[in-house]
Amino acid sequence: MEEHSLLLSVFIYLSAAIVAVPVAKKLGLGAVLGYLIAGILIGPWVMGLINEASHVMHFAEFGVVMLLFLIGLELNPSKLWEMRKPIIGQGGLQVLLSAVIIAAVALALGLRWEYAVVAGMSLALSSTAIVLQIMDEKNLLPTPSGQSGFSILLFQDIAVIPMLAILPILSVTGSGGESEGIMGVLKALVALALIYFSGRYLLPPVFRYIAATRMREVFTAFALLLVVGIAVLMDAVGLSMALGTFMVGVLLSESEYRHELETNIEPFKGLLLGLFFISVGMTVNFGLLINQPLLILGLVVGLVFAKGLILYLIAVKSGMPSAERLRFSVLLSQGGEFAFVLLSTATTVTAIDTEISGILTVVVALSMLTTPLLMLLVERYFTPAVIDGEKPEMDVPNEHNEVIIAGFGRVGQIVARMIGARNIGATILDHNPEHIERIAKFGFKAYYGDATRMDLLETAGIAEAKILVIALDGNDQAVELAHEVTRKYPHIKILSRAWDVVHAIELMKAGVEMPQRETMYSSLKIAEDILTHMGYGAYEARQVTAKFERHDLEILHGLYHAETLEDRISIGRDLRGKFEAQMKSDSEYREKTEPDWS
Amino acid sequence: MNMPKILLLFAHPHPRKSKLNKRLLQAVADLENVTVKQLYELYPDFQIDVEKEQQALLEHDLIIFQHPLYWYSSPAILKEWQDCVLEHGFAYGETGTALAGKHFLSVITAGSERTSYDPIGRNQFTMEQMLAPFEQTAGLCHMVWQPPRILYGGFNIDKETLDQHCQSYREHLQNYTLETEQ
Repeated sequence: MEEHSLLLSVFIYLSAAIVAVPVAKKLGLGAVLGYLIAGILIGPWVMGLINEASHVMHFAEFGVVMLLFLIGLELNPSKLWEMRKPIIGQGGLQVLLSAVIIAAVALALGLRWEYAVVAGMSLALSSTAIVLQIMDEKNLLPTPSGQSGFSILLFQDIAVIPMLAILPILSVTGSGGESEGIMGVLKALVALALIYFSGRYLLPPVFRYIAATRMREVFTAFALLLVVGIAVLMDAVGLSMALGTFMVGVLLSESEYRHELETNIEPFKGLLLGLFFISVGMTVNFGLLINQPLLILGLVVGLVFAKGLILYLIAVKSGMPSAERLRFSVLLSQGGEFAFVLLSTATTVTAIDTEISGILTVVVALSMLTTPLLMLLVERYFTPAVIDGEKPEMDVPNEHNEVIIAGFGRVGQIVARMIGARNIGATILDHNPEHIERIAKFGFKAYYGDATRMDLLETAGIAEAKILVIALDGNDQAVELAHEVTRKYPHIKILSRAWDVVHAIELMKAGVEMPQRETMYSSLKIAEDILTHMGYGAYEARQVTAKFERHDLEILHGLYHAETLEDRISIGRDLRGKFEAQMKSDSEYREKTEPDWS
Repeated sequence: MNMPKILLLFAHPHPRKSKLNKRLLQAVADLENVTVKQLYELYPDFQIDVEKEQQALLEHDLIIFQHPLYWYSSPAILKEWQDCVLEHGFAYGETGTALAGKHFLSVITAGSERTSYDPIGRNQFTMEQMLAPFEQTAGLCHMVWQPPRILYGGFNIDKETLDQHCQSYREHLQNYTLETEQ
């Protein structure tokens, strides 16, 4: 019976996600909003399929823990050290200002000072899960707003620890807190030291041992065990689980098993985060909303506005490019999952009363709903702007160029320089202001905006263009864009950079005739250089390379025409075998017939 | 007396597998008045740097084309070199006098014996006839055509003959003077 209902719940969760997320993505709302809406739909207030969300949420919070572990893996200690200034400066400022202002408003609304402090602390924090998911979806992490946002989130994760620690002191009845005082701090320090030393010295040999078993699922199990174990340890000493796994992630960022860990944890993280968003949607207490709609909506608007304003000030003060400021402010303007944790803990130690805690929980959940929507508004109506010194204009002009370059990173820049030397004009789009500003110094003009958006490309004049160059960082975005453009503007020639063979094939299926794999020519050149250093003539080395290149292209086209994965593997093997045999016999042929007298 | 400066344009697509041309080149490459340019090494994708090549021509007095005889002519890159470097206005035409008075010498290895290059031989034409396009190219560029140095019978050449040929090639360039040859 019990098992049956568990399976049924899983079935409902998965179905809701599968229905809502693709629809939300199609409508341009993004996956986060899709999950939230799915949660609202299956929750107690709409369809009532699942009524108790809080235990699911507790479980799903683990998605956030895994997310931070993965982020830690991407950051090595030196990179983290470089970020210490924005983490402490911007993060500290954001948390302090937001907490003080929110608490002041709460006081003014007539709350007891203890409650006001709890409200200020919990509402000052933003949602790591929502922000990082959106940044990931829109590839914002490398931009200045992404970097600042990430620094602030990190600071918040650390700030949760003292916040949780002082909750018992704020207890109104004085009964809730059996504060552990110095012992608590000591325990925490021991736990951190334990994590540090095991990450440094214990884990590497264990990884080697596990990897030597060559059993994939054992490695997966160990990766999970690692994350769960740290979380349990951190929880036991009263520290943030997310912070602990983040630390271990950083410690392992230079390990040779980093990629293996990433691929193993990634799917769990994705599923659990989805589940987490669904449970947030489910916890929105529409009963409270219906009873006191004005109060709650007023608080949501006030919260998002106040936090956004503070973030905007921080953005101005830190010298963020003007076009990024609004997006940055919206990105972190919501309340976060830590608020749920703080509020429920505060309720148990009577640092806040149940009714206020309930209202605040709804406010936070609703504020999380606003972010994807506001981001949509900002992207649609406020971002496409020319970066031109300090004066952003609001539109991408149609310059009537025959070439449009989407993405102005390493690839796009070389392309633009080369055709610029032939006086071929190009309209350039990129969503990273740093790229745009750097290139402005070399006399290029690039426009700021998300090049994957059709409407932006249309204003940039894609309808009259002849060639679209796709040089975007995101592989999926490149494929999606190619697909859209081929469908809507079949006359346009699409030239695209591809990440690897698989990406190249996806691009070909999306209508790009001849994608260029980004590592292809540099690798071939290195191989060619090896030949010349081994005594081949430069021309002969060139001939061998060109022949290899032709054969490799044949293989690519063979793979492209393969119907199934099995086909693809066997075709790849056959072609490669045939081709290598031919290369070898070719060289024998040449040695024999090169005239003796030459 | 000033030593004439010699520019040796070497065209062999697969120097690794060359037997005769490599030897011939080694015989003269270390001479201090000789500048060697291996065209296939410099321009493996045939993108010849025209300005650089023209500058090199200006700085030398004797221009040598050294190569195996491929299909009764030079390997392809030497043709490309002529097409690109010998520009109108530089090498020929009313104002094209940059090469006037320089000497031109072909140094060639051929597989067959000398006797086959004859109206009654296997190759029907004499070597002079075969090399007419080079001679006329030199002429149009106001250069002084020199009797070409041909190594015949490369298919089965013995060591002494090759050594001897290398030695005489070296002496030829070492003692080269512009005045007497004219």
